[in-house]
Amino acid sequence: MGGLLIILSIILIFVVLVQIGRINEIAVGLRGKEQAQRQANNRNAVMGLVFMVAFLIFVIVSFFAFKDRMLGFGPHESASHHGGLIDGIFLTTLIITGIVFFITHILLFWYSYKYRGQKGRVAKYIPHDNRLELIWMVVPAIVMTFLVIGGLSVWNESMADVPDDMKHGLNEGEFLEIEATGFQFGWLLRYPGATDFKLGTRDFRNIKAGYNETGQVWTDEKNHDDFLADTLYLPKDHKIRIRIIGRDVLHNFYLPHFRVKMDAVPGMPTYFVFTPTKTTEEYRESLSGYPEWQAMADPSDPENKFKKWETFEYELACAELCGDGHFSMQKIVRVVEMDEFKKWYNSKKSFYSTEVNPPKETEVLSRETSLEEGHGGEEGTHTGEGHGEGSHNVEGHSTEESHSGDHTNGTHTSGGTTTHTEGTHTEETHSGGTHNAGKADGKEGTNAGKATTTEEGENKGKKGKIIKKIFNKGKKEKTGDH
Amino acid sequence: MANVDIHAHEEVHAHDHHEDHDHHGDKYQSNFITTYIFSQDHKMIAKQFLITGIFWAFIGAAMSIVFRLQLGFPEESMAWLKPILGKWIVLNDAGMGTLDPEFYYALVTMHGTILVFFVLTAGLSGTFSNLLIPLQIGARDMASPFLNMLSYWFFFLAGAIMFSSLFLSTGPFAGGWTAYPPLSALPQAMSGSGAGMTLFGVSLIFFVVSVLLGGMNYITTVLNLRTKGMTMWRMPLTIWAFLVTAILGLLSFPVLVSGILLLIFDRSMGTSFYLSEIFIQGSALDRVGGSPILFQHLFWFLGHPEVYIIIVPAFGLVSEVMSVHARKPIFGYKAMVYSILAIAFLSFIVWAHHMFMAGVNPFISNIFVLFTLIIAVPSAVKVFNWIGTLYGANIRFNTAMLFSIGFVSMFISGGLTGIFLGNSAIDIPLHDTYFVVAHFHIVMGIAAFFGMFCGIYHWFPLMFARYMNETLGKIHFWGTLIGAYAIFWPMHYIGMAGVPRRYYTFANFEAFNTFAPINMFISTAAIIVFGLQILFIINFFYSIFKGKVRTEKNPYGANTLEWTAPVHAGHGNWPGAIPHVHRWAYDYGKDGIEFIPQTVPLKEGEKDMGAH
Ligand code: HEM
Ligand SMILES: [Cu+2]
Ligand SMILES: [Cu+2]
Repeated sequence: MGGLLIILSIILIFVVLVQIGRINEIAVGLRGKEQAQRQANNRNAVMGLVFMVAFLIFVIVSFFAFKDRMLGFGPHESASHHGGLIDGIFLTTLIITGIVFFITHILLFWYSYKYRGQKGRVAKYIPHDNRLELIWMVVPAIVMTFLVIGGLSVWNESMADVPDDMKHGLNEGEFLEIEATGFQFGWLLRYPGATDFKLGTRDFRNIKAGYNETGQVWTDEKNHDDFLADTLYLPKDHKIRIRIIGRDVLHNFYLPHFRVKMDAVPGMPTYFVFTPTKTTEEYRESLSGYPEWQAMADPSDPENKFKKWETFEYELACAELCGDGHFSMQKIVRVVEMDEFKKWYNSKKSFYSTEVNPPKETEVLSRETSLEEGHGGEEGTHTGEGHGEGSHNVEGHSTEESHSGDHTNGTHTSGGTTTHTEGTHTEETHSGGTHNAGKADGKEGTNAGKATTTEEGENKGKKGKIIKKIFNKGKKEKTGDH
Repeated sequence: MANVDIHAHEEVHAHDHHEDHDHHGDKYQSNFITTYIFSQDHKMIAKQFLITGIFWAFIGAAMSIVFRLQLGFPEESMAWLKPILGKWIVLNDAGMGTLDPEFYYALVTMHGTILVFFVLTAGLSGTFSNLLIPLQIGARDMASPFLNMLSYWFFFLAGAIMFSSLFLSTGPFAGGWTAYPPLSALPQAMSGSGAGMTLFGVSLIFFVVSVLLGGMNYITTVLNLRTKGMTMWRMPLTIWAFLVTAILGLLSFPVLVSGILLLIFDRSMGTSFYLSEIFIQGSALDRVGGSPILFQHLFWFLGHPEVYIIIVPAFGLVSEVMSVHARKPIFGYKAMVYSILAIAFLSFIVWAHHMFMAGVNPFISNIFVLFTLIIAVPSAVKVFNWIGTLYGANIRFNTAMLFSIGFVSMFISGGLTGIFLGNSAIDIPLHDTYFVVAHFHIVMGIAAFFGMFCGIYHWFPLMFARYMNETLGKIHFWGTLIGAYAIFWPMHYIGMAGVPRRYYTFANFEAFNTFAPINMFISTAAIIVFGLQILFIINFFYSIFKGKVRTEKNPYGANTLEWTAPVHAGHGNWPGAIPHVHRWAYDYGKDGIEFIPQTVPLKEGEKDMGAH
């Protein structure tokens, strides 16, 4: 009934408008074409002026209203070294284009108004003016040169890889390499262990869902100390090189607060090098000065006494469409002082030592810890998938890091005892019922992962609810129709 | 009007060499089917393109309303859409209906594809190239009326295939209009990547056939069938624009076909052009050695020229309409031509600015930044020339003129944000955020639509011998101008805050979910603007049958040849001889005469601006 009323009134509006149009047309016929045209000229020219003034005011007002959300402004300051430079060139461009925007808009609507058709006015015959045209070609060219030079110097600095002679590590002057693997739908974060600070090689054919998610090659000893983490921990003021892997389709490793963005491309690891300059705590501190961050973190929950700035977290997102769960690939990023980082780092157990080649008696126990800490969140995503053994038979291609050749002959059981262990463990530990829930549940798994992160000190009750809603629905639909 | 009587100057050329080609009232148009359906008359084909374009614009816009409802009012129930969308609306136990995420992506994908290809490529350049090329250069029809007819029907076929994909049980393709593999290559990656993607690819290939048939025709016609006296430098800017557009299409669209063809091989023949090292749905694929980046190169080698294929015809239409109603020559005619040529050339060497963050070597990006920002120079020249055209004018404000002014405003706003995105360093934070959405909608979406509206209102009397209603037109214009900015301007701020595009919901991120009021505002504005477009459609069809009748041959006092044809021109355009041309198209206000049509011979000692 309500719907019908809405439809009827919409139709009514259209009918009225059409009638107004018809009546005006008749009126034009009565008044005479020329006079009607002059009246239209006056009206629309004035309208143009009004629009211009209103529009420019809207631009200025909205700019200031949103200032605190914009790149480089107020609380939205960059939290990385190169990000500051980017914000600088952004601001320069904003000022220059802003000036051009205002000048051209004022001229456009002012001339339209000033030279509206009037009785007795004759248009000037000005086909061209070479001097003027030269000016408005050369001036933009000069401005562009300026912007290109400024932009490219920032670009080349931001995109530079670590120097060849730089060492892996956590000491001053060294860099830490972390691997981020995007998959449908989540991120795997792999840290090199503290013995060598180097990431071990991986091979996509080694990937075992729910077990060896990144496809680590166990014959490579560099892998033995690598561990997976659920939160992207970063030490402040230390150079980070993220090695970015796409496991299935394109993803994009996106850290909005750090001005970091790079596609994850299957078959071609990419990287982004940056230096975080503010710890999460410091960033929260800087947010506390802004009224919008003083609001309660979760107004719907009276128990929750935290203010927004107190619960702020950096986030990792996906910025390349990767499927229907694209919008859900969230991870918390936490920047801490180096001391604290080292503490965290050293507390992590390598996947190899707990899972692949653990001391016999502690096997079951350690598996549980690793699930919780390591990649518990993503577990579900890979459920219900067969372990495509056939794919291991691919021959003769050198993947990025598996120069070893051990794994290109299809057997995987060749070589040492380690490889052997891998096989057995897959069977043993992952035959349980936890992992065969189907795709939709997989997504729920991703969110379960998020719930785990909440335990790390944030309050995201509301968020959890919304996500639930979405996924419950997704699940239903999936089971019903597909 | 203080002007020359055109009829007095309409010369009859008894020995017109074009007369042999005259098929006026001919065997090609003998019955309903050959007149209205399989017509070979360029004027009828133009109308077919236009009306099909309007149909697609309606579908595409309606889709955007659905997904804007999702973004603006995520908590509202969409159960009322269930009768139309069926299983894509999922009801929970409480009767609350939500949009399925995959269908959200399908809608976004279809919206983009439909508007970019079917509306702003076929609907815009198809309509006006067909209508205006023969009429403005003084030809009886296209070089090949038959290929021209095929061009429309291939477009129709492409549309029919795309449309049918909406009814697949697995849904239409949902991986974005750019269709990047591996998402588009692997049916297991997304349900729309199955049959939906197959139909998407096939549809686009037919579409390219249509563009190529049309483009070949346009180029041949412009180069070979100009009437006596119509030198290149005497052509109206519309014709230059259509010529350049057709060349762009001819050189770039085949690359899209090769890209899609390789994609089809990857999908169905087990090749690995774009695939490598993929582990998906629990298994490692037996496909290595390819590169997803290759597709992006092929796609954007079309994709960037494509954005100019969309905007260049609008340049032409706006320039012509603005000059006619300003009663003043277009400022810097030659600079306008050279800037179109420069933009067209540059548009082939900037494609990788869409791929700064795609993993290509950052060093290569330096070159693409340079070329991309060079485009700003000819673009600036065009803007200043349009403003220069208004200076000292005597502007007749009708709807067409208003849209041409609105176009310039949109082109400025959207072009300036291109300067941010073209600078790779700034593109790092902005790439794939709402800032890009704002940029390309304003500069390409809205600006091109404004160019198209400007053309429709202006040439409607030429097509249907009736006028559109001016009052409704002005409501349409002002509402759309304000509404379009209301929709897209705030998206800049959202984008600057880092909010990514192609997100079904922002609820998962603390950083992105603080914009609910703005998203609601944007969605509301979108609904109102959609209503105004329906008003346009009503006006359009109402006016075809009931609009004010055109009695004069040349109602606007324009110089170009299309206004020398009879009001109800038949196939062949001019009943007698084809008019000859003696001057450029922009003698408005020259020597105190309001306008001097191109058919008027030069006076003794008079200098023609079209001479060189
Ligand atoms: C001053 C001139 C222009 C410059 C410098 C420019 C620059 C750019 C850049 C760098 C991007 C990629 C942004 C990103 O994805 O991060 C982009 C996107 C886009 N531009 Fe422009 N542009 C300009 C004019 C135009 C024009 C005239 C059109 C259309 C007529 C246009 C249509 C588009 C479209 C459709 C996209 C988005 C494609 C997508 O990713 O879906 N641009 N522009
Ligand atoms: Cu994604
Ligand atoms: Cu481009």
